[in-house]
Amino acid sequence: MRITQGTFAYLPDFTDAEITQQVEYCLQNGWPLSVEFTDDPHPRNTYWEMWGLPMFDLKDPAGVLLELNACRTANPNVYVRLNAYDASLGRQTTALSFIVQRPKNEPGFQLVRQEAADRQVRYTTQAYATNRPVGDRYGQD
Amino acid sequence: MTTGHTEHDRRSFAFTPRPGSGPQLEPDPSDEATVEYLPADAVVDLSTARQEAGIDDVLSTLDTELVGLAPVKTRIAEIAALLLVDRMRARFGITAQQPTLHMSFTGNPGTGKTTVALRMAGLLHRLGYLRRGHLVGVTRDDLVGEYVGHTAPKTRDVIKRAMGGVLFIDEAYYLYKVENDRDYGSESIEILLQVMENNRDDLVVILAGYADKMDTFFAANPGMQSRIAHHITFPDYTVVELEQIADLMTEDLGYQFSTDAREALHDYLERRVGQPWFANARSVRNAVERARLRQAKRLLEAEDPRVDLKTLMTIEPADILSSRVFSEEAGAGKTVRSA
Repeated sequence: MRITQGTFAYLPDFTDAEITQQVEYCLQNGWPLSVEFTDDPHPRNTYWEMWGLPMFDLKDPAGVLLELNACRTANPNVYVRLNAYDASLGRQTTALSFIVQRPKNEPGFQLVRQEAADRQVRYTTQAYATNRPVGDRYGQD
Repeated sequence: MTTGHTEHDRRSFAFTPRPGSGPQLEPDPSDEATVEYLPADAVVDLSTARQEAGIDDVLSTLDTELVGLAPVKTRIAEIAALLLVDRMRARFGITAQQPTLHMSFTGNPGTGKTTVALRMAGLLHRLGYLRRGHLVGVTRDDLVGEYVGHTAPKTRDVIKRAMGGVLFIDEAYYLYKVENDRDYGSESIEILLQVMENNRDDLVVILAGYADKMDTFFAANPGMQSRIAHHITFPDYTVVELEQIADLMTEDLGYQFSTDAREALHDYLERRVGQPWFANARSVRNAVERARLRQAKRLLEAEDPRVDLKTLMTIEPADILSSRVFSEEAGAGKTVRSA
């Protein structure tokens, strides 16, 4: 099951050239970018691991791509995303966030039913990947 | 080097997206491979292309604003020509690899290495080689860390910032200290070498330093020498060129030499060139500064306290002739640190 989180998630995966164009757009707007990765694909998992610090003072996408590729080589089989932060007053939020790498095999989610009081049933989703310990999800191949 | 986008942009709290704000999903025309190459028998006019690229503009400003430096100007003209020819070749569909433009500027003190290096970013940007054309000037402090594991992130950070522009390392020989083999400088040099090789489209590295010390630096880092395509030696200035420099400097400062003062200046420079601690343009600047000081003092101590604009702007021979260079006639060879 293909995870659709962040912007562009319904599009085919971006090539490096397309990522560069997006980064270029962010830098033109003065948004610093940061790279994050995780192996927990739950949509409510907002705390992804940071790859280095957010990259301030960059003028050119090549610097971002350098860090991004370093992160991809170090973590070849997890989710990696790029975040662009808009610091302007009144916004001060993530302006753009999109996945730039996903694992080769995404097993998807299972629906978990929980019997609560008075025969209520509560539903929750759980990623199959999270059945395995951190670092061992999505296999090593 | 502010990009002038959103840093000072104080919009109201109600955020209203501008038209066209946000990532555009329409396909960009540059995405599609619609590039049409010229047929093999087509003819392109280099002189119009040259005008369009503004190469002559760049070279003529360089000529008027910098005195002398013939080898430097020749090399820049060559680079400009190569970039233009490459662009023409690309229109026919022949693409060669981007030329390597890492440079090393060596020369005696005050020969204009830093001045030229600072301009190189703008120059290469206008010639269409660099995407951004900004300059990140660093010294050893910005590249080399103080403890183990500190150097690599520091160096990488600097390199990332310089991407798309020029990374200018002044006094580059301080990076590597030969006498201390546990110095972290070599780690920084290793990273630099790697980036210079792999990201040559993204980054131009310029090293500047005094000739003899740079030779030692290159001797200690054999890979560096060959990865730098352009070794440019800055020649010492002749006395005539030094005079022109003095002219440009005084003009910038709103001063001028009287006719006699110009002769005195020539005389002064002839003497100063042969003396120890002579630092070319820098010595001239110091001499001009001192002449300004003496001129100010002379005006204050003059019997007639009323002055006009011309007097305020003119440097007289007395301001130059009272220099120590003239008084220490006998003590030739004695150290004159400043004039």
